[in-house]
Amino acid sequence: MSARAPKLEVEGLQKRFGGLTAVRDVSFSIQAGEILGLIGPNGSGKSTVMKSILGVERPDAGSVRVDGREVAGWPPHRIARLGVGMVFQHSRPLYRQTVIENIILGLLPDRLMHLLPLAATDARARAIAERVGLAGVLNRRPSTLPFADLRKMEIAKAIARDPQVVLIDEPFAGLTARETASFAALIAEMRADGRAVLIVDHNVKSISALVDRIYAMHVGERIAEGTVEEVMANPTVRKVYLGGALETAARPETAFGDAQTPFLEIDNLNVVYGKAQALENVSLHVHQGEFVAIVGLNGAGKTTLFNAVSGLVPYAGDIRRQGRTLRGRTAATIARDGVVQSPEGRELFGAMTVSENLDMGGHRLPDNVRAERREWLFDLFPVLKERRSQTAATLSGGEQQMLTIARALMMKPDLLILDEPTLGLAPVIMEQISKALARLRQSTEMTVLLGEQNVTFALPHADRVYVLEHGRIAWEGDPSRFAAEAGARYL
Amino acid sequence: MLRRALLSPPVLISLIVVVVASTLPLYVSGYVLGLLTIAYYFGVFSMAWDLLFGFANEVNFGPSFLIGLGAYTAGILDSLYQPPIALCVAAGVIAAMIGGLVLALPALRVRGPYFGLTTLVAVLILQNFVVVAASLTGGEIGLTVPDVISIDDKVNYWIALGFMAVSGAILYGLSRSPVGLILEASGQDPVQAGALGFNVVKHKLAAFLVSAFFSGLAGALMAFYLGAASVGTFIDVTVGVQVIIGAVIGGRRTILGAALGAVFLVALGETLRPLGDLATFIVSAVALFVVLFFPAGLLGMVKGVREAT
Repeated sequence: MSARAPKLEVEGLQKRFGGLTAVRDVSFSIQAGEILGLIGPNGSGKSTVMKSILGVERPDAGSVRVDGREVAGWPPHRIARLGVGMVFQHSRPLYRQTVIENIILGLLPDRLMHLLPLAATDARARAIAERVGLAGVLNRRPSTLPFADLRKMEIAKAIARDPQVVLIDEPFAGLTARETASFAALIAEMRADGRAVLIVDHNVKSISALVDRIYAMHVGERIAEGTVEEVMANPTVRKVYLGGALETAARPETAFGDAQTPFLEIDNLNVVYGKAQALENVSLHVHQGEFVAIVGLNGAGKTTLFNAVSGLVPYAGDIRRQGRTLRGRTAATIARDGVVQSPEGRELFGAMTVSENLDMGGHRLPDNVRAERREWLFDLFPVLKERRSQTAATLSGGEQQMLTIARALMMKPDLLILDEPTLGLAPVIMEQISKALARLRQSTEMTVLLGEQNVTFALPHADRVYVLEHGRIAWEGDPSRFAAEAGARYL
Repeated sequence: MLRRALLSPPVLISLIVVVVASTLPLYVSGYVLGLLTIAYYFGVFSMAWDLLFGFANEVNFGPSFLIGLGAYTAGILDSLYQPPIALCVAAGVIAAMIGGLVLALPALRVRGPYFGLTTLVAVLILQNFVVVAASLTGGEIGLTVPDVISIDDKVNYWIALGFMAVSGAILYGLSRSPVGLILEASGQDPVQAGALGFNVVKHKLAAFLVSAFFSGLAGALMAFYLGAASVGTFIDVTVGVQVIIGAVIGGRRTILGAALGAVFLVALGETLRPLGDLATFIVSAVALFVVLFFPAGLLGMVKGVREAT
C-alpha cells in the first residue's frame, strides 16, 4: 500500500430495510490524517453508513475497505481488530469498574485464556488516560464523573487499540462550549497522529472548524461533497436545511385575543438528565388558536420540552395552562384536560387495528360523538379509512404517522403537540400531512405546538417560530424572517 | 488489579468463613451437617447462575436443566453399569456442558424474555423426558443411585464445603480477570464490545459452558451424596427458582454473594420448617422483600453502605 492510499474507502454502499432504501450509492474515502464530516438530517442514512462501516449492519451492496482490505459483511469485532475504532454517542460503560479499568478493557486481547492482568496493559491505559485528560480521575467510577469526562473516557477506549480509522458519532452533543473546545482538540490530535477520522453529525455548523471535507446526505443519497464553504453554499444543501422560497402565512401575534394570559406559558424551564442539561431557562408562550413551531436539530431538546409540558419528565420552572400551573398534575390528567401529544416514536398499539387505535384515543367520548369524530378523521386522512381494519404494525411509516396524529385528535385536544411528524417520511407523505395541518388551522380553533427539524415543512404552518439550540431558545420570531436571521445557524 | 482483588474484604471474609465452617463437624449435629451439605451444593448452583445473569446478562430460567442433566446422567450411568464414580461424574459434567451449548444457541438468536422462555421450556422438556422414560430414569418415583461417595456425614460435609470453596474461588477469580471484564462488557453493551474488538458470541458461549460445567458437576456430586435423584430435587422449576432467588438476594454480579444467598435460603427454609406451609410463604416474602427494596442483594447492601461512607 502506498502512503497515499486512503485508510477508509466506501464505494457504492447500499442498505435496504424491508422496502425502504436507507442508503443508496454512497461513496467516499478518507486519507490518513484527514477528518471527513458526514452530515445529514434525521433519517438521511448517515447512521446506517456508520453502522455499515462498523459491521453492525451488513450492507446489501457496495464495498467498505479499511487500509485496502474489503471488510463489508464482516462481524464488528473483526473490523475493529483491523483498525477501526468507534466513539459512541450513547454507551454504557462498566459502572462497577473504575475509569482505568474501563480503559484497560479497550486494551485487552480477545482471548478466553487471558486470565492474568499485565502490568504493561496498566501502564498503557494510564498513558492514554493522561493523553485525553483523565489522569486525575483514574480511580473514580464512571457514575461519579461529569458528562464531559465520560465522553473523554469513550475516546480513550476507542483509541486504546491505536485504530487507523476512528468513527465519531455526534461528538459535541450535550457538551458546553468550553468542553466542546477541549473535545475538538482531542479529535484534532487524532488527525495529527495520522488517523483517518469520520465525524457523523446533523449539521455543518457544529463541526465546521474541525473537518477537512464534508459529505452531505439526504434521504439516503449524497447531495453534496466538498469543503465546508462549498457545502454551505450548495443550493441543494440550503434547500434541505433551510427550505426553498417559502410561502408563509403567519398571523400576527396581536390577532390572538389572549395577550394577557396566553393559553400556554412556559417560564424558565430547566430539565436535567443525569449530568446532561437538556433544557436551560426555556421560556415561551403559545396563544389560543396559534400554530407555533419549535425548530431545532436532533438533541436540541424539543422532545424534552414537550414531555415536560405533558408531565412526563420532572422539571424546574413553571408551565401554565390558561394561567394555572400544570406542576403536580399527572400526565394522564394533563392529557385528559386537552393537552395531547402525538409522540415522535408514534407509540401506536401495533397489534390493534386502525379503528381500535382511534377508539383508544376516543375512549372517553360518548358513542355517537366518537363515531362522528372518527368520520371526520377519516375525511382528514382518507387512507386510514381504507386501512381501518388493518393492524397498526402492518401500516407504512407514513400511514402510521397519520394514525398517530389522528389518534391524538380523537382526544379532542385544545392543544395538540406534534413531535417530529415528518421524521423519516417520503416527500409525498409529508405533503399529505401538510395539507391536513393546513385544514386544521383553517377549520378548527385548535392550538398547535409543532416540533420539527424540517424547516421547510414547519414554517408554512407557523404563526411564530422558536429555534431551540442545545437546550436553549436561540431565536424567536416571525417565519418570514427565519431564513435571513436564523438560517445560518441552522445549516 | 489482581492483587487488590485477592486481598479485598469479600475474599478475606470468605476465607475466614470457609475456615470456620470447616470446623463445624467438630461440634454440630449430623442433621445440621446434612443440611449444610445440601446448602453448599446450592451455593455452587447459584454462583454458576450468577456468571450468566450477572456478567453475560443472560437471564437463564433453566439452571435446573443443567443441574438435572448432570445429576441424572451421572446417576443413570451408575445405576446401569456401576463404573467408577469419577467416570459417572465426568459424564454428568459433559452432558451438562452439551446442555449449556443447547441453551446458548437460542440465546444468540433471541433476546430478553424470549430467551428466558426457551430456557423454561428446556426444563419442562427434561422433566417430561424423565417422567416418560421411567424405566431408565426412575420416573416420578425417582432414581436410586447405588453408589455414594462416602457414608460419613463429616466427609460428605467437607467434600461439599471444599467443592464450594474451590468453585467459588475459580468463578470469582474468573469474574475479576480480564476475560471477566470482557464478559461483563459484552453483557452490558454488546455493540460496543464488538466495536472494541471482542467476539461477543465467543465470550458468551464460554460463559454458558463454564456455568454448565459447575452446575453439572455440583448436580452429579449432590446425586452421589443423596444416593438418589428425583425431579423434585434436581429438575423441577421450583429448584431453579430457588437457585435464582439465592443468587439475586445474595447480590447480582458478586459470585460470592450468590453462595451466601443460596446457603441463607436453604438454612432459612429449614429453620422455619416447623411452621409447615407457612415456611415457604415466609421464605418467599423475604425473597420478595430483598428483590424489591435491595435489588443489589445482601452483599450489594454491604458494599453500598461502604461506598456511601
